[in-house]
Amino acid sequence: MDLTYSDAELAFQQEVRDFFEANLPMHISDAVRSGAEMTGELYQEYHRILSAKGWLATTWPKEYGGPGWTPVERHIFDVESSRYNAPRIVPFGLAMLGPVIQKFGNDRQKAEVLPRILSAEDWWCQGYSEPGAGSDLASLKTRADRDGDHYVVNGQKTWTTLGQYANKIFCLVRTKFDGKPQEGISFLLIDLDTPGIEMRPIRLIEGGHEVNEVFFTDVRVPVENLVGEENLGWTIAKFLLTHERTGIAGVGISMQALEELKALGRSVKRNGKPLIEDPLFAARVARVEIDLEAMKITNLRMLFQAQKQGHPGPETSILKIKGTQINQEIRDLARRALGPVAAPFPGHVTDGNLVLSPPDSQNNAARYFNNRKTSIFGGSNEIQRNILTKTMLEL
Amino acid sequence: MNFDLTEDRQMLADTLRRYLAEQYDIETRNKLAYDAPFHSAEKWSEMAELGIAGALVTEENGGFGGQGFDISVVFEALGRTLCPEPFLGALMASRLLGAAGADQESLVDGSVRYAVGISEIDAPYDVAFTETTATATDGTYVLNGRKSAVYGGQVADVILVVAKLDGKLGVFSVKAADANVVGYAMIDGAGAAELVLDNTPAELVLTGADAAIQDALNAGRLALCAEAVGAMEATYEILLDYLKTRKQFGVAIGKFQVLQHRTVDLLTEIEQSRSMVVGAAAALGDDDAALKIAMAKNLIGRAARQVAEEAIQMHGGIAMTWEYAVSHLAKRLIMLDHQLGDTDHCLTEVMNSYAA
Ligand SMILES: Cc1cc2nc3c(=O)[nH]c(=O)nc-3n(C[C@H](O)[C@H](O)[C@H](O)COP(=O)(O)OP(=O)(O)OC[C@H]3O[C@@H](n4cnc5c(N)ncnc54)[C@H](O)[C@@H]3O)c2cc1C
Repeated sequence: MDLTYSDAELAFQQEVRDFFEANLPMHISDAVRSGAEMTGELYQEYHRILSAKGWLATTWPKEYGGPGWTPVERHIFDVESSRYNAPRIVPFGLAMLGPVIQKFGNDRQKAEVLPRILSAEDWWCQGYSEPGAGSDLASLKTRADRDGDHYVVNGQKTWTTLGQYANKIFCLVRTKFDGKPQEGISFLLIDLDTPGIEMRPIRLIEGGHEVNEVFFTDVRVPVENLVGEENLGWTIAKFLLTHERTGIAGVGISMQALEELKALGRSVKRNGKPLIEDPLFAARVARVEIDLEAMKITNLRMLFQAQKQGHPGPETSILKIKGTQINQEIRDLARRALGPVAAPFPGHVTDGNLVLSPPDSQNNAARYFNNRKTSIFGGSNEIQRNILTKTMLEL
Repeated sequence: MNFDLTEDRQMLADTLRRYLAEQYDIETRNKLAYDAPFHSAEKWSEMAELGIAGALVTEENGGFGGQGFDISVVFEALGRTLCPEPFLGALMASRLLGAAGADQESLVDGSVRYAVGISEIDAPYDVAFTETTATATDGTYVLNGRKSAVYGGQVADVILVVAKLDGKLGVFSVKAADANVVGYAMIDGAGAAELVLDNTPAELVLTGADAAIQDALNAGRLALCAEAVGAMEATYEILLDYLKTRKQFGVAIGKFQVLQHRTVDLLTEIEQSRSMVVGAAAALGDDDAALKIAMAKNLIGRAARQVAEEAIQMHGGIAMTWEYAVSHLAKRLIMLDHQLGDTDHCLTEVMNSYAA
């Protein structure tokens, strides 16, 4: 065992730092640090910066134009990009659809879809969930009926994250209506410009517009947009979900959030002293730091394991559960640290420029509420526990 | 012992609950709570006519309540519907004015809206560290400093401000029109204000006001605890209903044992919280009121977080949406803890009581 970085890894770390130092525009890192809602333009600006460097597809192998990073290199990138307050990379094309096309797509799909993800030309969104099909995804009802060389799609998807910025959506659709529900699902690529698609915003708990409903009425999709075989989409769906989970420990983001939390704890006061000297608050911070210290290693151990096996296994559910708990606890403390001045609705001072709370903390409460989503999406933490129960316990 | 409400209080509770249920369905409530001025002047007056402000004021001060159980009955009902009207300020102001023997007729009839300025950015929960100062000049006073999170301050006519006069805590009355009051909506709805005091003229209400301020804090914390119980119960009812009706994998999600047990834990915590409100209400005005009420606020701060987070989690995505009432109940339950002393602050007060 060896937990130190090799010389090559240290050099890589330096390269990543130099890159962010030189290339990440301040208006982007400021936006991330403030915790304000990100716009599609900011995301795209960042994506193009990474794309130009060849670093956008962090998990892709070299043969598909990725950097071919090892788990350690990916970890270094994750930590450093968070440390410089770079945005997260919108995952739907890069971390989800990319690996699916590489494994299940035909040559034409590889040639058409992958380069446009790599260049940040296409923005994909994920059409899995429906109002009646969340945890029980296989019960989905959006249907695709064959009509000549087209599928005709009818139904509704929901929770479509950042769909308002997307030009494409990948969907799970029902193509067979008898037999086991899992055996009648297909994986379709759909252009959002196609007639018959309507997108409506859903407002989230903290007031932001991050998710949408998508309605499909007689939407005609060319048959060649089917990925893999008809009715075998469930295998693809599950493959994608395990990939979705690997980045989900959010170690880099939690490390950065913890540093910001400590800084906030030093800058605000309780009982005449810095809050960080309050033993109850310090104990809360220390506890979550200890959990995160373990998670850094757990995450790396599991990334290595996945690399050895050639694919992520059920253990990634552990990363999802613990990773989201850690992140949610840090967000809780960042809200708590502000005391009464956590209250203002983000940006909601009715009179000019009065500063109500310490710098970059105005969105702390909103962030805390928004982050409750992380234990719900990507398979809720209950569903992750069910997966672990089935695969690891042998009861 | 007797755990029943008196007939009068039961009537008050019923009247208020009925009024609130009719007037503050969640869409109306959200509109009022998030659009300036973050409450309804009309409904405020109607509620004053119903005697709600009067129920918070003791008989000797011209009201017809003001006991712990009056406060808990009113605020529990307000909590159920997330009512954004600024009663917390009225309640705490009444305690301070009462200590000064000042007239409260305009508070009881709702014609003057009061708010209370205690918190400061560097002394959020700990009044002893107040930095706002009062200075006497020719028989009048001026205040300097800043008060944050003045609840209801965005529409108050009069703000009672805690400030140090010659190093001692006093209470001063400031006309909102004379001060720089910057109002805002809170993330959980309803309004508050930042109060900037720059040689702002003020009248003296009380000097050597430590005990009166503590009593006002006790009453305010009790009110928040009761409000939390109302909001927790409303959340719990919606959750139970959802567990019975939402189906996944062909069954109601309430059939999953892991959700059943966690819901039972919420039921337990809500019962514990209700008991704490009863205990705190009974203690208000007694020698051990501060301790009992700090205990209540600590327990309820923890319970409210558990109810809020678990209710969201067990609903899945739907409770993450603005459209669904649980998201608003959850925000209130979490943000209540930031008012007048959070769980850690109250725990510290309990711990400090152990020193010989
Ligand atoms: C902010 C946000 C963004 C999202 N983005 C996307 C997106 O881009 N694309 C997309 O397709 N989807 C997205 N989702 C949807 C997400 O994947 C679902 O919300 C999630 O799968 C849960 O489904 P549900 O909301 O229908 O809850 P339900 O499945 O109805 O679950 C309700 C509760 O029951 C529990 N439960 C369900 N089944 C079981 C069981 N067998 N055992 C124990 N407990 C169980 C759940 O854990 C949960 O607590 C997003 C969701 C949110 C909140």
